[in-house]
Amino acid sequence: MKQLKTKMAALALCAAAGAVFAGPASAQATLEAVKNRGKVLCGVSPSSAGYSFADDKGVRKGFDSDVCRAISSAVFGSPDKVEFVPLNTNIRFQALQSGEIDVLSRQTTLTFSRDNSLGLDFGPVVFYDGQGLMVSSKLGVKSASELSQAAICLLPGTTTLQNLEDFFKPRGIKYESVVFEDNNEWRNAFFSGRCDVITSDRSDLASVRAVANDPAQFVILPETISKEPLAPVVRQNDSNWRDIVTWSVHALVAAEEYGITQANVDEKAQSKEPEVQRMLGVTGDLGKMLNLDNKWAYNIIKQNGNYGELFERNLGEKTRLGLSRGPNQLWTKGGLLYAPPFR
Amino acid sequence: MATVAEMDTLNLAREAMAPRRPRGVSASFKRFFGTPLNALITLACLWLIYRLVTSAWGWLVTRAIVEGGPQACKGGSGACWPFLGAKLRFMIFGFYPYAEHWRPALALALFLGAIILSMMPRFWGRWLVWLWIAVPLACGVLMYGGVLGLPVVTTTNWGGLPLSFMLSFVGLALGFPLGVVLALARSSKLPAIQVIAIIFIEVIRGVPLVSILFMASVMLPLFMPDGVTVDKLLRAQVAIIIFAGAYIAETVRGGLQAVPKGQHEAAAALGLGYWLSMRKIILPQALKIVIPPLVNIFIGFFQDTTLVTIIGLLDFLDTVRASLRDPEWQGIAVIEGYVFAAVVYAVFSYSIGSYSRFLERRLKTDHDRSPGH
Repeated sequence: MKQLKTKMAALALCAAAGAVFAGPASAQATLEAVKNRGKVLCGVSPSSAGYSFADDKGVRKGFDSDVCRAISSAVFGSPDKVEFVPLNTNIRFQALQSGEIDVLSRQTTLTFSRDNSLGLDFGPVVFYDGQGLMVSSKLGVKSASELSQAAICLLPGTTTLQNLEDFFKPRGIKYESVVFEDNNEWRNAFFSGRCDVITSDRSDLASVRAVANDPAQFVILPETISKEPLAPVVRQNDSNWRDIVTWSVHALVAAEEYGITQANVDEKAQSKEPEVQRMLGVTGDLGKMLNLDNKWAYNIIKQNGNYGELFERNLGEKTRLGLSRGPNQLWTKGGLLYAPPFR
Repeated sequence: MATVAEMDTLNLAREAMAPRRPRGVSASFKRFFGTPLNALITLACLWLIYRLVTSAWGWLVTRAIVEGGPQACKGGSGACWPFLGAKLRFMIFGFYPYAEHWRPALALALFLGAIILSMMPRFWGRWLVWLWIAVPLACGVLMYGGVLGLPVVTTTNWGGLPLSFMLSFVGLALGFPLGVVLALARSSKLPAIQVIAIIFIEVIRGVPLVSILFMASVMLPLFMPDGVTVDKLLRAQVAIIIFAGAYIAETVRGGLQAVPKGQHEAAAALGLGYWLSMRKIILPQALKIVIPPLVNIFIGFFQDTTLVTIIGLLDFLDTVRASLRDPEWQGIAVIEGYVFAAVVYAVFSYSIGSYSRFLERRLKTDHDRSPGH
């Protein structure tokens, strides 16, 4: 995760708060509350390139925002019944605990302690990220273990520095960390040669490189020094709502696997494949089991596209971020995305 | 009625006035080039100004990129005007629905119009009270909607300049009476009231605004009953009002103490009670004295409201920053965004400052003791 200024403090605070107040917020069934309200309250990042940002008309775009829209499609049959609640890292869990939002879709790393001490539950991973290192190709370094006495530019956030320490210390490599408060300063310090290495999540590094005048000058080293699986979060003890979020994500992934896209979903609904038929609500009652319309998954795909389309639209190689799928590829293509069967 | 001692200071002040400076071209020439050192400093300053103006002109005009998109700006070295063009409405109105932008625009116009009206002495009168009840209500209805066929726009979508104005001006407008009451309470002779006021003021002043905002947004909801949430914007607004109140209280108290004791005694001798003497004699003088520090607080608060960023509200500076993070423009137009924000803040802060100087001159009466600046 990037820019976590007070991650540990917030975590401790939330943990304490969660321990004291766990329970009351989850008394009412979330789905019922959402339906009564007529919209899903979805916590997102105030602004983060590719994940949740404003286009020129002030419409929220991005991968995380589209996950919210997919949930809205599943519940209401329309992607626009979402109210985006911008949240910073330091208050995101508390906002969920107190019922201010129904689901948090905000580049949040799934970790053991978060899952087990905050009174929250994580949905399936929507994006596999990890902290990486980028250097100038002039440096001629091929691997992080070749670095020595390097000045490393980073953004504040306890985990970023901790991961560096965890990686370099056992290898006996000395380095100097240079911390920047501001994204632009951090980036420019690296471009201007103040640092030999710039570190952040790999998705971030790709966007830094995209900004450079000559992206070919920079290489992202092969090592991933931390695991950052990003997943949506819901309140604990509401399994129906959790299932809706979980299976909405699975539907996005499964649709890509079965070749169902926004464009051909109507055509695919006519297909003879029983799994596709069940998923799209042509046969069976899968939607009813979630207390939703049987067309829930059809609506998700029809209105938002499948996982691959979400990825390409917001983060993919055609965008300025220019991310390659990497581990965020279907299991059939060597990635980690794997949706359980729809039956 | 000035006391004898005051008359003395008045006379002393008059005598101490500096002799008039000689006027004319030769005089100002002397002032700038009188001595070799002065001439050197003047030349150095002129050279600096020249460099600044030419480089600013070059950046803003000659080297500027006027047409095209992000790619056109990427190569250039001048200001990227297309960025401002593309993002202007977002920077001003934030996530407010695009088709409804006329509503915050009208609310802004109403609000600024009301401010300009109330600033002009010729319009001063009782009807301003009604104006200031009507205008905020109208602005609120315009922004929120839900009546007259206006679709509801919840406060999570509010942002940009209207939000900045609302937070700072509502905070100060409501913080001001709170501050006056607190100041009176703190200088009260009743110990219970005094202690409460002291504790309130010192606790609030002893904590940074950031932590009060943080408390309002993180702690408060946890104490609310199940399913009840107070609007985040409202919480931030209340936090700002309380914070402003505590600071204004101390400033006003300074003013109260600066009013000579004789004024209290004279009011008492006329048979005026506490409230009457405060309202008619003491407060008008005290508030007049504290105009400069109050304006200082006002300007500071207008800029401090940007701290609401930390609880995820997008004020004007934050919508500017959010525009910089659009992947299309990321890393291309950075200075442009901040320069724009700086210009907007500077214009408003400067207007408040000059109005306060005008107000001081306007309210200055003959029996004012200070000889002025």
